[in-house]
Amino acid sequence: MHNLAFTVILAAGLSEILTPVIILGAMGLIFGLILAFASKVFEVKIDPRVEQILELLPGANCGACGGAGCSGYADSIVNGGAACNLCAPGGAAIAEAIARIMGAEAGALEKRIAVYHCTSGGHENTKWKYAYEGIESCLSAVNIAGGPSMCSYGCLGYNDCFRVCKFDAISINDCGMRVIDPEKCTACGACVKACPRQLIELVPVSKNVYIRCSSKDKGPLAKQVCGSGLPCIGCGICAKKCPVEAITIENNLARIDYEKCINCGICATVCPTKSIQDLLAGLRKKALIEEDLCIGCTICAKVCPVQAISGELKQVHKVDPEKCVGCEICVAKCPKKAIKMV
Amino acid sequence: MNFLGQLFVMAVSAIFIQNFVLSRFLGLCPYLGVSKKMDSAFGMGMAVIFVMTMASAICYLIYQYLLVPYDLTYLSTLAFILTIAALVQFVEMVIQKNAPALYKSLGVYLPLITTNCAVLGVAILNITPQADGSTHNFLMATLNGLLSGVGFTFVLLAMAGIRQRLALVDLPKSMEGFASGMILAGTMALAFYGFMGLKI
Repeated sequence: MHNLAFTVILAAGLSEILTPVIILGAMGLIFGLILAFASKVFEVKIDPRVEQILELLPGANCGACGGAGCSGYADSIVNGGAACNLCAPGGAAIAEAIARIMGAEAGALEKRIAVYHCTSGGHENTKWKYAYEGIESCLSAVNIAGGPSMCSYGCLGYNDCFRVCKFDAISINDCGMRVIDPEKCTACGACVKACPRQLIELVPVSKNVYIRCSSKDKGPLAKQVCGSGLPCIGCGICAKKCPVEAITIENNLARIDYEKCINCGICATVCPTKSIQDLLAGLRKKALIEEDLCIGCTICAKVCPVQAISGELKQVHKVDPEKCVGCEICVAKCPKKAIKMV
Repeated sequence: MNFLGQLFVMAVSAIFIQNFVLSRFLGLCPYLGVSKKMDSAFGMGMAVIFVMTMASAICYLIYQYLLVPYDLTYLSTLAFILTIAALVQFVEMVIQKNAPALYKSLGVYLPLITTNCAVLGVAILNITPQADGSTHNFLMATLNGLLSGVGFTFVLLAMAGIRQRLALVDLPKSMEGFASGMILAGTMALAFYGFMGLKI
């Protein structure tokens, strides 16, 4: 009797539990089957390279590349033709790895660094128009009567670039000047965007000659307002002397086309206001052809941008040290490795 | 009351009086999280409208034709979560295949909505008896989902608009970002509290 009652209660309880278990279990099963089926029917073919690149990227979704997170960037590399070297946190190593996945584009990679086109902005080397006492930001300062500095193109020194740099590549020295550490700079371009006066440009790291001015004022005015005394006056001497015509003068300002520049530094030596900086000044060597190795192929004479090499076909060639600017193009091109820099 | 009148009452109620975010305090996570930019707020809002409408319809059917007959209404929360999760997954796949452009604008937000309490909230509220004792029918439940989504989007866009303007203001350091967001949310909720007095 007792046993029977127990069985009845158990059976009732069991159905009480079993119904929901079966119903919900069935729901789960059906939904699962539908999803499994749908994943086959609605499968979207994704380029496997997108996945590969996504795995390489740091996954910080920082947006320095300009894409919507890392997956957006991976997609735009493969499908939108975006450059491989835009990932700032990943740096050169990841850019190279991505380039390897993408194949041919690997050659186009060269590390770039940010360069200031102004030598003012510190405590000592800026001439002020008025005392600015607003928000400590360049963006805010330039909006008041064209900015507090006399030069309306120069650095204001309120450090917008310093604040946006995520990699500690910009430091401020004793004179209040911003200094870029080429080792830490990843060419993410954050400072380029942050500078309201567009003083910063990304330059290939192998190029060492910079125009340190952005003033579009006419010469006499530029000289008058420049706090550091090194303005570009747009005289055009550098453009005339440049052996490869890499310099153009526009709006009283010289600009170097780094596609053409051969790093010879001639412009820096002829600049009357010393507004062109040459990091290699005094360090350049002259080319010398080793006579027993030269086969007279004339390649060096053809590639020399300043015609410093002369010689007949199948004759030993000679470098004129007076004309040689030390660009090292011939060294790279010589098939016999017969040219040395001394 | 005719159908249009009913619809109007439901719209005013869902968007203003019983707003999901500011009166029921559901879906606060995207309200504070995705309201920094107007365009992302808009994308999120559209995704929520879409999912809420779909979830209302499907969950209503599941409830009426599966849970009620077997006397399992106490399992509605569990069943609804299961349904919504599967539904969002399914919809995501369909959109990705058939409407890549739509997927680009909504895709990021769809997974976020899967576990959003506002979506579960509208499904449960649809089966809960009203103040006068009546329950929604299928059409009304679906429309309620749609209109609640519209209400959510409306508030989200308003919040994003205010925050975008506020981003330009020179706030004290301690008040920047989330702190001012919280105060904003509170102020907006107070403002919406005023709609409670509407008699329709």
